[in-house]
Amino acid sequence: MSEARERILEGIRSALKRGLLDPNIQAQLRARVAAHGRNLIPTRATALDHAGRVDLFIALAEEVQATVARVGSLAEIPEAVARYLAAENLPAELVVAPDPNMDAVPWEVRPLLRIRHGRATAEDRISLTPCHAAIAETGTLMLISGRQTPTTLNFLPDTHIVIVRRDQVVASYEDGLDRLRSDNASDKLPRVINFITGPSRTADIEQHIELGAHGPRRLHIVLLEDTRTTGSAEDDEEHNPSAQ
Amino acid sequence: MLATSREFEANTRAGLSNKNLQHALGLARTGFPLRRQLATERLPEFDQLREIGRSIKDHTLEHLDFYLELYESNVVASGGKMHWARTSEEACAAVLQICRSVGAKIVTKGKSMVAEEVGLNDFLEANGITPVETDLGEYIIQLRHEPPSHIIAPAIHLMKEQVADTFRAEHRSLDPERSLVEPRQMCDEARAVLRPRFLAADVGITGANFLVAESGSSIIVTNEGNGDLTQTLPRVHIVMTSIEKMVPTFEDAATLLRLLARSATGQEFSSYTTISTGPRRPGDLDGPEQYHVVLLDNGRSALLGGEFQDILRCIRCSACINHCPVYTAVGGHAYGWVYPGPMGAVLTPSLIGIEEAAHLPNASTFCGRCESVCPVKIPLPKMMRHWREREYTRKLSPRVYRTGLSLWAWVARRPGLYHAFAEIASRALGWAGRYRGRFRSLPLANGWTAVRDMPAPEGRSFHSLWAERRK
Repeated sequence: MSEARERILEGIRSALKRGLLDPNIQAQLRARVAAHGRNLIPTRATALDHAGRVDLFIALAEEVQATVARVGSLAEIPEAVARYLAAENLPAELVVAPDPNMDAVPWEVRPLLRIRHGRATAEDRISLTPCHAAIAETGTLMLISGRQTPTTLNFLPDTHIVIVRRDQVVASYEDGLDRLRSDNASDKLPRVINFITGPSRTADIEQHIELGAHGPRRLHIVLLEDTRTTGSAEDDEEHNPSAQ
Repeated sequence: MLATSREFEANTRAGLSNKNLQHALGLARTGFPLRRQLATERLPEFDQLREIGRSIKDHTLEHLDFYLELYESNVVASGGKMHWARTSEEACAAVLQICRSVGAKIVTKGKSMVAEEVGLNDFLEANGITPVETDLGEYIIQLRHEPPSHIIAPAIHLMKEQVADTFRAEHRSLDPERSLVEPRQMCDEARAVLRPRFLAADVGITGANFLVAESGSSIIVTNEGNGDLTQTLPRVHIVMTSIEKMVPTFEDAATLLRLLARSATGQEFSSYTTISTGPRRPGDLDGPEQYHVVLLDNGRSALLGGEFQDILRCIRCSACINHCPVYTAVGGHAYGWVYPGPMGAVLTPSLIGIEEAAHLPNASTFCGRCESVCPVKIPLPKMMRHWREREYTRKLSPRVYRTGLSLWAWVARRPGLYHAFAEIASRALGWAGRYRGRFRSLPLANGWTAVRDMPAPEGRSFHSLWAERRK
């Protein structure tokens, strides 16, 4: 296949009526990439203060049929989750991201909630995960894959519950990516970055919008007002997540 | 995919007389443009973003060799493998070789127009591998053995009753008495039928909306979540894509993503925008063990530097299709290949040759809506004119048409003669039609009068009024 590679690249150069790019131009292009220069970012979120961004995030997430509950602290999460599941008439059985920061959630206060940590399987109906950031601009969650945050949790179960810490709300996609770059000393991107805006949907039959095409039918966001505790973190290498 | 673009005229007649199609297109005609309009009105910066989107794509295309090589080095650095393909045959062969290397039996697929372009499903089936489309629309048309009729809503030509009939005929293990009346029920049925296939697949194939040079990442944009299940569950993920999907950085991709969903479905953002970089990392609990990119050229590189380069900016949003009076009248199958509507009328002759697709650049009223809604400002009518010019110089249009056109051009280049002729003709027609005010038939114009009346000219010509006013 390397012949195809050479031919395609040669074809591009000859169509553009030039040879290999001049080294100076190549250096300029490399500098353009390294600079991560931002293009125009809409002001709808950037013009707001942080409280305004949180409100915008919630309003836009609800507009696309996500549901939102606000809690004061980590300690209130089990209660909020149990209440949500009961209201939706869902089983009290969760698969939770094996993220050490989620260990601080005192699940034992709700002994009827059955909790398993790990990746999702075909049988799991409800998952609970942290997120990396929440983008106010379009009510979008930003989740990253990792040993503590398997991607199957975001797509296999019928119901996906996401914990968003208030200080994780940022204005734009670019802000979310910058957070990832600054968190990532190794300069290596996670395998997958998921931007999630509302539950799964389709309009493939007569343009009729139906939720829950293949991914989750319900997306429930629990907004954590207390910012002392952390959400997703990839830095805790000591932690050995329980697989499956 | 085998093209039937030569049959465009017969295809359109079939489309216009197909009642289900006309009903379905009626829904599309109002829905898509309205939702796009509402979404763009909510974003005051939308037009500025279009300008920036255009310049990002132009910049990338001018330096495409550089960015492809940078992209490749980052794919490899993140543990992925690149497969360059000049033609459909090379692309199919690369996919087959990967599938065989892992002994794949079932392959799930997210929606990929490039896979349609190279005819991947038929090729895999012929080689004993079962491809399973997982996008609801693609799944429906796969069951019906039909090609897609729209680039983002492949089953837009069908009514729900047809989908129900298809499901009854194909899902034979289900209760034949079950109710299949509402889209909700069909959606649930497809979800239930496809879930085990997702879990059983050995290889998952997705397309890519963008490729990011800085990191070797591919980006897919979906609403159903099928693309994510397709690329997360099997052992192998193949990204089936083409060279013009490249952008330099995530910042550039973010700008184009702000344009894409709003232009396509009128959503603020699609449900799922997923950035993938390489295979599963050490310690990961899920994700594919292998990550491959099959990168197709198929005639695209030859468009660079010429009058059709601008079509390579296309981000496949379908806004031009949704706003086209021709597409929304005749439907996507009439175009006879993978890409319908205005972008197809320009791209199809570029990729399969003007000899095969000479009719398509003529399938336009030149109303200009396509260009006015294009998120990257592709001058689609201008490029259709370029194709018409080539069609004319290559003598692909009918002889009587070419003779008439040269005669007209000869007269039009002589204004005195032209005005004299026009004056005589308009007076004669005005006199002949003075009672009825219109003509049911006219010699040399039955192409017009066969479907509508020709109004009789009234009063004086524009030219004579203009001359008088300038005095």
